[in-house]
Amino acid sequence: MLELRSLTAGYDRRDPVVREVSLTVGPGESVGLLGPSGCGKSTLARVAALLHRPDRGEVVIDGEPARGWRHRAPRAQRTAFGVVFQQPRLSADPRLTLTQLIAEPLRATGRGAEAPDRVRDLARTVGLGEDLLTRRPHEVSDGQLQRACLARALVLRPRWLICDEMTAMLDASTTAALVTAVEDYRADSGAGLLAVGHDKVLLERWCDRTVHWDELTRA
Amino acid sequence: MSGSPTGAEAEPAVTEAEPVTAVDADADADAAAVAAPPPVLSVRGLSVRFRMRGGAHVAAVTDARFDLAAGECLALVGESGCGKSVLASALLGLLPENAQTAGAALLGDGTDLLTADERTLARTVRGRRVGLVPQSPAAHLTPVRTVRSQLEETLRELTGVRRPALREAGEAAAERAAFPAGHLDRYPHELSGGLAQRAATALALIGDAPLLLADEPTTGLDRELVDRTVDELRRHVGDDRALLMITHDLAAAERIADRVAVMYASRIVEIADAADFFGDPGPRHPYARGLLDALPDREFRPVPGMPPELSALPEGCAFAARCERADEACAVVPVLPAEPSSGAACHHPVAAALEASRA
Ligand code: SF4
Repeated sequence: MLELRSLTAGYDRRDPVVREVSLTVGPGESVGLLGPSGCGKSTLARVAALLHRPDRGEVVIDGEPARGWRHRAPRAQRTAFGVVFQQPRLSADPRLTLTQLIAEPLRATGRGAEAPDRVRDLARTVGLGEDLLTRRPHEVSDGQLQRACLARALVLRPRWLICDEMTAMLDASTTAALVTAVEDYRADSGAGLLAVGHDKVLLERWCDRTVHWDELTRA
Repeated sequence: MSGSPTGAEAEPAVTEAEPVTAVDADADADAAAVAAPPPVLSVRGLSVRFRMRGGAHVAAVTDARFDLAAGECLALVGESGCGKSVLASALLGLLPENAQTAGAALLGDGTDLLTADERTLARTVRGRRVGLVPQSPAAHLTPVRTVRSQLEETLRELTGVRRPALREAGEAAAERAAFPAGHLDRYPHELSGGLAQRAATALALIGDAPLLLADEPTTGLDRELVDRTVDELRRHVGDDRALLMITHDLAAAERIADRVAVMYASRIVEIADAADFFGDPGPRHPYARGLLDALPDREFRPVPGMPPELSALPEGCAFAARCERADEACAVVPVLPAEPSSGAACHHPVAAALEASRA
């Protein structure tokens, strides 16, 4: 279970965009969080993935309270999460080939030896052809790069996936392909999902349940 | 009409038969044809190739052909990298140095956007005859100047309005795009995405250009804002302008387009009436059908595989590797029928099969 308990967070302590928000994602559950841009849902997603320290409140991962944020998070907690953001170009190191990009978390955790096999499997899961894997980000389209970013998010076999507007820039077919890849992974691994976005039709089709930002903040 | 077996043969025959001596039964039709104003934009055989290092070529746009009439909104849809943004750049004369173009893109007055020199484009076309609603308004607006000062400068340039009338004209220009007067003295970074989009739209509308070109005007906007933005664009088109909206957002296209053109691997593979396309009978090209079926309120099923690289397009139909209807016939590139104004570049179009099976 992923529990977000009374979180207050933001970039300005006097005016946090997230105020006293609680949300629980059950084991293997997929929850869509809907809200307009700028409402604070992306900040909440970053807190949930241990990428942003909240001002107040608690994140509890499978019964264990989060014990740090960003690089200070214990490795076992940090690697429980796979995260995909809206803009693949902002989250992909332009110097790496797609193969290196996907394998990066493995190398960072000293498991580089597994890389060739994992990258091959994941490339298939997300629909990336062999020829693309040797390219760098500027040599592929947004959709192709986002496929690589999803593969990177899955490479450590996370128990929790956080997708923040993962498909907002993409066409209908690439959107459906990426969501299918996420769902195949979840069916296989039992991972839970928090998908944050503004597209009601998409999130309602994708997730077990959706909550609106207003419902979380009204309480 | 002769019973010529192929379009290629029929075309010259029609041209020759056309001289205005036609009387009798066709007279009414001819009169109507004469009365109809020329299209706001007429694109014929438009191709764009990029020369790459090492002598390679990228075919970004191949043989595009369509007309755009006053009062009409055409949505050009397709996935990223299909060539639709390059087509837009070609129409604005904003292609990079290594681009080679062929064909024509004629405005109503006969100006060819492909051959006009930069001076003509800058002085008489951009802003005046073709208004651009940009993809990322924040990037299009000058960051160090307020919205008011940018509107006033564009007004000075395009309409010749001078002080003291300028201030009022600037406010009127803002109002046309529903940009609130209270925010005119703000800088672009102080605006929300929606307001930045309106500021950019207000700028695009100033020259009263008969053709509006919107390049992914809704990327990254919330659905409500998407709806509002495209509704506003549609409203500005009215009866006497035309809108070419380039988008990957099919819902936005469905909302305002009269016609839809689908681009795949550098070619327009289908042009259709929007109601037919999104409703019944639906798209005729298998790719267009697949794209619609991928929508979350439809099948939510991706088109299998990925599009080919524009630098390595296959022989024959570029969709064949992903198409369940492909057969030997598809080894020959299918062409978009020149007439009527809708059709699919496909040897086995879907709706035709449906009609055939019904018959
Ligand atoms: S021409 Fe053939 S391969 Fe191409 S879309 Fe039509 S049926 Fe499919």
